[in-house]
Amino acid sequence: MSLLEVDDLRLYFYTKRGTAKAVDRVGFRVEKNETLGLIGESGCGKTTTALAIMKLIKPPGQIVHGKILFQDRDIVSLDKEDMRELRGKGLAIIRQEAQNSLNPVMSIGKQIAEGLLVHDKIGKKEAWERAEHQLGLVGLDTKMISHFPHEFSGGMKQRAVIAMATVCRPQFLILDEPTTGLDVIVQRQLLSLINHLKQELGLTALLIAHDLAVIAETCDRVAVMYAGKIVEHSDTVSLYRKPLHPYSQALLSAYPNLKGEKKQLRSIPGVPPRLINTPYGCKFEPRCSYALEACKHQEPEMMYQDGRYVACHLFQA
Amino acid sequence: MNKQTPLLQIDNLQKHFSLQKGWKSVFAPSKAASLRAVDDITFELHPGEVLGFVGESGCGKSTMSRTLLRLIEPTQGVVRFQGRNILGLSRKEFNPYRRKMQLIFQDPFGSLNPRRTVAETIRQTINIHGLAHSRQEEAKLIERTLDLVGLKPIEEYWDKYPTLLSGGQLQRVSIARVLVLQPEFIIADEPVSMLDVSVRIGILELLQGLQKDFNISFLYITHDMITARHICDRIAIMYLGRIVEIGEADDIIQSPLHPYTQALMAAVPVPDPTAAPPNLPIKGYVPTDPKETVASCNFIQRCPYAVQTCRTQKPELRFVNNRHQVACFRLDF
Repeated sequence: MSLLEVDDLRLYFYTKRGTAKAVDRVGFRVEKNETLGLIGESGCGKTTTALAIMKLIKPPGQIVHGKILFQDRDIVSLDKEDMRELRGKGLAIIRQEAQNSLNPVMSIGKQIAEGLLVHDKIGKKEAWERAEHQLGLVGLDTKMISHFPHEFSGGMKQRAVIAMATVCRPQFLILDEPTTGLDVIVQRQLLSLINHLKQELGLTALLIAHDLAVIAETCDRVAVMYAGKIVEHSDTVSLYRKPLHPYSQALLSAYPNLKGEKKQLRSIPGVPPRLINTPYGCKFEPRCSYALEACKHQEPEMMYQDGRYVACHLFQA
Repeated sequence: MNKQTPLLQIDNLQKHFSLQKGWKSVFAPSKAASLRAVDDITFELHPGEVLGFVGESGCGKSTMSRTLLRLIEPTQGVVRFQGRNILGLSRKEFNPYRRKMQLIFQDPFGSLNPRRTVAETIRQTINIHGLAHSRQEEAKLIERTLDLVGLKPIEEYWDKYPTLLSGGQLQRVSIARVLVLQPEFIIADEPVSMLDVSVRIGILELLQGLQKDFNISFLYITHDMITARHICDRIAIMYLGRIVEIGEADDIIQSPLHPYTQALMAAVPVPDPTAAPPNLPIKGYVPTDPKETVASCNFIQRCPYAVQTCRTQKPELRFVNNRHQVACFRLDF
């Protein structure tokens, strides 16, 4: 049984200019103790998918179709109270730029302990002690527990946010661009921390990034998203060794390397399509160098091939 | 390295921000109590050269670049542009130089006026500097610039407001706004760090093209060794206001000598899931208390190889070979 299963999820934004299909027929499973990476360009629906799992979508956004099963319970049909119970304890999220969303007038310790007080029905003293332990776990000095966010650097704030999100030992953790906007050295420290916590706490996670290298270092499997759809889904090693979908190929060849020969880089021509009134056919067709006639008219179905999923007409034969 | 006269010569540039409060800061300023954002920087930039400045946030990269353009007045030092010390110039004398020296900002979403269309943004620059004498001339200039930065077809972008453009397109508009002045020197302050990886290459290629076609010199400021490698001729590694290593890009990437450069290299994530995670040789964060490094090497708190000499002296940049300089005591072993 998968811990989380997203099945045929469709999430549309109803705007004055039309309906934007931000997430369109997305499906994936995350098994226990596994990390799934979600990669794609900005605006492809990665974050929206994550927010849907947390049930944090606000109008004009709406889940139109599909199921999100967490431990066999459908999140889509849960009411507010049950969802409140689930957030933090069952599902937790570290949102993008979370390091900038700490409460500036509340000590770090209080912010970490808050979740415990709500979920675990324990006393303040015990919550404080566990918050302290939690700080040590993410590599911060436990003395900093009574400090305020302005006394922390960017990397330290991100560590504190990770401590907050994991304090109730959630079964499923979503990390939305956890290292974006941070320096390389801080990024390296955080990646090691994430990998360390995965082992220490047996985390099951969904990690969202637009950086291929970040995904490579942290994830077991990867789903590549483009214009609201998953176009390829495979284990990390096979994807990096031999990407099947032309979009995955383009992403990989646009990634510069540091070691070895300087590689000839190819940017992906064109821009992602707008999500309102998208044309028929494959969404990547206008930018694809292998596009066939069929790609213009017919949307490719997800195909299963050697343990990998790909949605492309080139593999439909 | 070419033997031409350098376009830009920086000598002992310093910018200190006083941390003292009250009358002491005026009458008895102490070096120990000031934040040395730029702490003695010397380098040259040749015409048509791309020099990368790499370092973590808080190491003084941006402060340095702003002192070069006199957006922040430095505490001490000489900045020679085409042989002339621009720091001694009056406001009026300096104005013609502003056109030649330009800056591209990191955040394209924040650096463009949301109430101006693409054409209006560029038109404003043209008007301020009086580049066009008629409406037609103005339109032609905008058209040519948009074409140069690859915003084609032009009609599609002309009347668009920034909210309708993607990050990559916005950054092209900011480049166009700078390019219309035909500058000789551009400081690009993290021009791609806020963009998607797939869009970065396009912007870097654009900058490279401009450097080749118009012989523009670039100072490319970043914390990312990978992009620096791909566009820079030379790279300078900066740490707490000082250059710790400078040399040809290939030399720096292939044989980094300073422990900080080595750490920056090791920190870069590898797009290969089978690779073993690298070990970061240094620990901690960029220290914020300037008092601790008044007499010692600025890197001392994080250096795994520090010896006694490092605690009592500041290492100067020394040549390892004629293309590569390092500021570290521990290269003698």
